[in-house]
Amino acid sequence: MEFRTRDGVAKVINGVTYHVDAGETLAVLGESGSGKSVTAQTVMGILDTPPGFVTGGQVRFHGKDMLTMSDEERRRIRGEGIAMIFQDALSALNPVFTVGFQIAEQFRVRRGMGRAEAKKRAIEMLDQVKIPNAKSRFSQYPHQFSGGMRQRAMIAMSLALDPEVLIADEPTTALDVTVQAQIMDLLAELQRERQMGLILITHDLGVVADVADRIAVMYAGRIVEEADVYELYAKPAHPYTIGLLESIPRLDEKGQELRTIKGLPPNLMNIPPGCPFNPRCPMAQPVCREKIPPLLQVAPGRASACHFAEELVSRD
Amino acid sequence: MGRYLLRRLLQLVPVFIGTTFLIYWLVWSVPGDPFAGKCGERRCPEQYVAFMTEKYQLDQPVLVQYAHYMQNLFQGDFGETFSGRSVNDIIVAAYPNTLKLALVALAIEALIGITAGVLTGLRRNGFLDNLVLVSTLFLIALPVFVIGFVLQWLLGVQWGIVRPTVSSEMRLTELLVPGFVLGSASMAYVARLARTSIAENRRADYVRTAIAKGLPMRRVVGVHLLRNSLIPVVTLLGTDLGALMGGAIVTEGIFAVNGIGREVYRAIVTKESATVVSIVVVLVLVYLVMNLLVDLLYAALDPRIRYE
Ligand SMILES: Nc1ncnc2c1ncn2[C@@H]1O[C@H](COP(=O)(O)OP(=O)(O)OP(=O)(O)O)[C@@H](O)[C@H]1O
Ligand code: SF4
Ligand SMILES: [Mg+2]
Repeated sequence: MEFRTRDGVAKVINGVTYHVDAGETLAVLGESGSGKSVTAQTVMGILDTPPGFVTGGQVRFHGKDMLTMSDEERRRIRGEGIAMIFQDALSALNPVFTVGFQIAEQFRVRRGMGRAEAKKRAIEMLDQVKIPNAKSRFSQYPHQFSGGMRQRAMIAMSLALDPEVLIADEPTTALDVTVQAQIMDLLAELQRERQMGLILITHDLGVVADVADRIAVMYAGRIVEEADVYELYAKPAHPYTIGLLESIPRLDEKGQELRTIKGLPPNLMNIPPGCPFNPRCPMAQPVCREKIPPLLQVAPGRASACHFAEELVSRD
Repeated sequence: MGRYLLRRLLQLVPVFIGTTFLIYWLVWSVPGDPFAGKCGERRCPEQYVAFMTEKYQLDQPVLVQYAHYMQNLFQGDFGETFSGRSVNDIIVAAYPNTLKLALVALAIEALIGITAGVLTGLRRNGFLDNLVLVSTLFLIALPVFVIGFVLQWLLGVQWGIVRPTVSSEMRLTELLVPGFVLGSASMAYVARLARTSIAENRRADYVRTAIAKGLPMRRVVGVHLLRNSLIPVVTLLGTDLGALMGGAIVTEGIFAVNGIGREVYRAIVTKESATVVSIVVVLVLVYLVMNLLVDLLYAALDPRIRYE
């Protein structure tokens, strides 16, 4: 997938592969600009075209490639097969319609329900995401909700059609810390109840540890490591992941300065040759500037795109 | 809401007095002799001039005349012309015609302008977009009388599809061409505003959300996108009614409509200040009321706007 802009072509996603099963939570982790949102938008089919163009690849849902489907087939999967919640609920909700209308709309359009029945179901949804006074909240507008309530309403909306997979694109970044935890708990709970697959996009490693089963780490539009969450924390198989883990503030190291990864992520119009991480990598060797490391399996259930992944895994 | 409305209505009072006085004063200071030509070839006799000056207080300062006029106005009396005809009659005869013409113009302008704007806003840089851009440029650049005469000649005279002038019955079908002419420039602005607004909102996050919900494209555009994009367009249309009525003078002339344009012109030439002022005063009222309505409509369309 690439963006064709006046300044040049940005290859934004390059060989990203991930999958999620029913009842499983996959966290997609990466710095700002690494292509997490764009990947999700490609999956949902809501990329801005132009400038965004899908130049190849597949998005398979139950084995069927969504990119080659008819528009109508694809539309039916949205909301019912795969649903999405967005980072900024204020701009993602339509400001001129009530929250209730926007939830009930799906029951009316997709399920052919009448007005009264759709309203009843929408109020139930608001109840399920623990919005107090769901009945009176139904007829309020998004700007009358607090940030946390808005995100809850967004979640209610995305779950209305009982999707099999939910993509949550940084659902808590716009909220205060206490509210963040509540929303994450709610998401985890709803996911458990409904046994749906959850793709949680975030740049916050702290959030990931509690809820994710597996983690895919993205860098410059690629997956550089994918692993079970415990294994990844215990023994990261990519220098970038190591850098990320070291940059989390830890209680036992209070007072010490945080280690951060040196340098900046590459400009996607001009990705360095070889391993895209090589200018910032503390382990870089000459080979890293020449050959692109492919994403290979390094142990059962885990993969890494580093020439030295095997050594990292076998090291104690 | 009630208090807001009251405040807005009170605000209208100084605006109304200010604008009407300005008009009164302007008409008063236009050079010209109100008695010129009143008495055939000769100058009017002294007694007649003295009598009329006395009756219409023409020797009083403008402020006194204005106060007198307003006093009558608040009793629903627009005064009379020098020949003794009631200005109320003139207004009752002329205003409905102009209003009809302006409403037809507004409807045409809204229908064509919004349709063109939405279609081109969704698909920018296509053939249709360029066509609309060029034709709106034409409509804006060409003076109304050119468009008017050309259409009248082409449709009315050459091809004979429509009557070249409007009959006194003011049938809707007769008003389509004059309405188009009158609304042509505004139509271009409506189309461009709608296009920009649609194009801007098309990328909005909430449109994305609507697509992600699996709504059919028809509904995404027709409900979610349109409602937001049309807010500025509706404002433009609402405030345009007064402008259309005031600007109808040329169109009325071309298509022989018995509207306020003709009356104002005649009154200015004969220095019938009561008629000129009265017609303009009603026009000012239309402007003010439409402005208020648009503000209220704005709140209805955009729930984020609250009036205190
Ligand atoms: N509409 C667009 N036009 C051009 N480039 C874009 C567009 N949208 C995104 N990009 C580029 O694509 C790249 C990936 O963006 P993306 O939004 O996926 O990042 P992200 O990983 O979600 O970051 P964040 O954590 O900030 O949300 C960025 O470099 C961005 O500049
Ligand atoms: S391939 Fe080389 S540069 Fe890339 S992450 Fe591995 S060691 Fe670092
Ligand atoms: Mg993002």
